[in-house]
Amino acid sequence: MSAEHTATATSLRSAGVMLAFAVVFTLAMAATYRFALPDIEAAREAAKMKLVDAVLPPGRYDNRPLDDSVTIGATPELGLRDGGRIYRARRAGEDVALIVEAAAPDGYGGRIELLVAVGEDGRIAGVRVTGHSETPGLGDYVDPRKDRNKKAPWIDQFRGRGPERAGDLKLKKDGGEFDYHVGATISARAVTGAVARALAWTRAHASELYSAPAGSRL
Amino acid sequence: MDKQITREIVVNGLWKQNPGLVQLLGLCPILAISTNLINAVSLALATILVMILANLGVAVLRNFIPYEVRIPVFILIIASLVTVVDLAFNAWLHGLYLVLGIFIPLIVTNCIVLARVEAFAAKNDVVHSTLDGLAQGTGLLAVLAVLGAMREIIGSGTLFSGIDLLIDGARPLSLFGDDYPGFLLAILPPGAFFALGLLIALRNWIEGRAAARRHRQAALPPAVEAGTA
Repeated sequence: MSAEHTATATSLRSAGVMLAFAVVFTLAMAATYRFALPDIEAAREAAKMKLVDAVLPPGRYDNRPLDDSVTIGATPELGLRDGGRIYRARRAGEDVALIVEAAAPDGYGGRIELLVAVGEDGRIAGVRVTGHSETPGLGDYVDPRKDRNKKAPWIDQFRGRGPERAGDLKLKKDGGEFDYHVGATISARAVTGAVARALAWTRAHASELYSAPAGSRL
Repeated sequence: MDKQITREIVVNGLWKQNPGLVQLLGLCPILAISTNLINAVSLALATILVMILANLGVAVLRNFIPYEVRIPVFILIIASLVTVVDLAFNAWLHGLYLVLGIFIPLIVTNCIVLARVEAFAAKNDVVHSTLDGLAQGTGLLAVLAVLGAMREIIGSGTLFSGIDLLIDGARPLSLFGDDYPGFLLAILPPGAFFALGLLIALRNWIEGRAAARRHRQAALPPAVEAGTA
């Protein structure tokens, strides 16, 4: 047997073994995926529902907002570059609130993603930060999970704010009514600005947002 | 199972060859995720799981793996196991999955896993390899836990923040009251280097003292040690 022949045999054998390993472990991964998928979807749904619950008390509606949603395309007013979803909360068929995905493009660490619930009365029911990269311990108090003031988190200042004095949705420093942490105004200013814009946009489009069929794309 | 070897594996993992303090392998997750105790311990547990399974798997299969292509096959095995762990976290520990995010898949690139597979599991039997994975992983867990606790206490004045992701309704401890201003440096990446540096220095100091004591005992004749000098 020539040396060349042996080399070919060795590399063929190696390739065969690698192929066998790849097939076996891919099957193992696929099986795990199939097995875990229902639980993954349930967990994702639950995580989303937890956020919805944080912006709108579950007792106020009786439908399933995650199923009763519409998709929107890129919307600069909401800070959405690639579109997002809007969930509708209703009680006995009556409109209760719109839960809107929005984003502040001008956070200190980039985009701050938000979930804003606007009641049927045009007032903010609640706001939550769903994703951000603000400085830990400094600007991240806009996310109530990181806010050290657990009794009255900063983000709760939005609750119940309406349109009547639209100029109030600003930091005190900028002539509005919102408290902020000294030395960390940029994050708070970005969030208040984004929420003010989201509120105005949602109010302007409320009727079409409520009436669009579930699952449709606006 | 030989007691002497078992002892050596455990001591190596926890102290002599501690992955975090001596081998300095897998620093990326150590530094990135140790901003608080719960994150650090959670990632360490995921890593331990992968290390045990990888060492076990490789030790079982080692006679079927051609020497020339062992590294790609090891990586394949490790990547599959990490994917399985990632899916499991996603399904059953979703809160933690969201916090740890990219760092679970990144366990694949944690060189400590490949290092133990290549240096130990590829040459030893199944029982010892599994034990080595457990010991090395536990060594990493200990370092990550201390590091996470240090950074969390100094940085935010709390302990166990994020525990509600594991136990519903549990509250973190606030150590210095709500007015603690925090110490940003400890939470930011440089803080991880400082804390790790301190831990390595502490370990080296303890090791140095132990070595000096051994040296002294070896140098002194037994009579002096008995106090007749």
